[in-house]
Amino acid sequence: MTGALHRTAWASAHSKLVVLSWPLFFWCGSSCMLEVINLSCVRDERTLFHGLSFGVAAGDIVQIEGPNGAGKTSLLRLLAGLSRPEEGEVCWQKQPIRQQREQWHQSLLFLGHHPGVKAVLSPLENLGFYHPDRTQSQIFDALEWVDLLGFEEVPVAQLSAGQQRRVALARLWLSDAALWILDEPLTAIDKEGVGKLMAQFTQHADKGGTVILTTHQDLPESHARVRKIRLTGTELI
Amino acid sequence: MSLRVIQRELRTAFRSGAEVVNPLWFFLIVITLFPLGIGPEPQQLARIAPGVVWVAALLSSLLALERLFRDDFLDGSLEQLLLLPTPLPLTVLGKVIAHWLVTGLPLILLSPLAALLLSLDFNSWLAMALTLLLGTPTFSFLGAIGVALTVGLRRGGVLLSLLVLPLAIPVLIFASAAIDAASQGLPIGGYLAILGAMLAASATLAPFATAAALRIALH
Repeated sequence: MTGALHRTAWASAHSKLVVLSWPLFFWCGSSCMLEVINLSCVRDERTLFHGLSFGVAAGDIVQIEGPNGAGKTSLLRLLAGLSRPEEGEVCWQKQPIRQQREQWHQSLLFLGHHPGVKAVLSPLENLGFYHPDRTQSQIFDALEWVDLLGFEEVPVAQLSAGQQRRVALARLWLSDAALWILDEPLTAIDKEGVGKLMAQFTQHADKGGTVILTTHQDLPESHARVRKIRLTGTELI
Repeated sequence: MSLRVIQRELRTAFRSGAEVVNPLWFFLIVITLFPLGIGPEPQQLARIAPGVVWVAALLSSLLALERLFRDDFLDGSLEQLLLLPTPLPLTVLGKVIAHWLVTGLPLILLSPLAALLLSLDFNSWLAMALTLLLGTPTFSFLGAIGVALTVGLRRGGVLLSLLVLPLAIPVLIFASAAIDAASQGLPIGGYLAILGAMLAASATLAPFATAAALRIALH
């Protein structure tokens, strides 16, 4: 018990570019799953952020905030390992993610700006490809959660923008991944859908998972557990 | 895993229809243009046939090549493929095999028709089919590296051909030499062995280069 209480709290940004809003004590230590150490990102000679450090523990829901162009998507891509940081390191369970790519990809569900569903394939085929270990009925259940039942055989191209996003979001009900990195998951989703998604985020966090997301929408008040990282401003080198 | 990638690629390709068939039409039409352009004398046609067939095959493969990663890049599937728990070179291998099944294999099926148009005899046709069987997958593997490098560029098409076509020169030389030799009744085993070696080398090495190029392109 004493061991569990002995946790170090840390979250720091040694930079005026990055303002971390309160309450920002990420409880890290033994339970810290994802650590970002001194991360810098430069795009077209512009420093989006530098010296960004924080830790994310199991059970956290982290919202990354900031104006357009602040580097939210860049940060998410760095976290997922899709791009390499200018400086710094992203660690998963104390190991740099680049040194454990396959394991890392197994614990990660990344949904980017483009949802990664094939327009000519049906929702059933799209989800079946990403989750081959799931049975047909599990996929149907997931489609029911995102209100796409009845559309499972329709080519995704014939669905509306919101429905196309929902196809990708159905993966949240199918994935075993511990860490979800979601870039603007609530875009084009109606109010009821946002509610269901938030419930799913909370449930995932309760089970010891972690959600990192960006969104411009205010998350519902009931989700006081959402922690925020605010990226502000840019600067020319 | 690779099998799943192949299955999905084939499904996507067959649903896309025209996009897959067009390069094949291009191959046939280019070959038809030659007899129309230089006259129907069988000897003259048979003389230039090896080069014509192979240049047409390379150009039509090049047309189809861009499809390999472009659509995936645009709809975000490429990011997801990069993040699959399987090693990326394996995924790439699956994609290239599927791509060849859709674009390379039909060329071989069309080769009897091409042989007829260029008045080739049976032996030359056989050599042509065999060189296509070994040469087109080699080109697909080499081309994949080029596509991966240019996938993020808006007008990558021309750059792609400048990058990839020079790499295809050895394939072109040995393949057309093999067809030439066959038409003169000479053995072609040596040429086929060299083409086979090129295929083995490109199939084993190119997926790694392509994987590295994709990581750079998506950076």
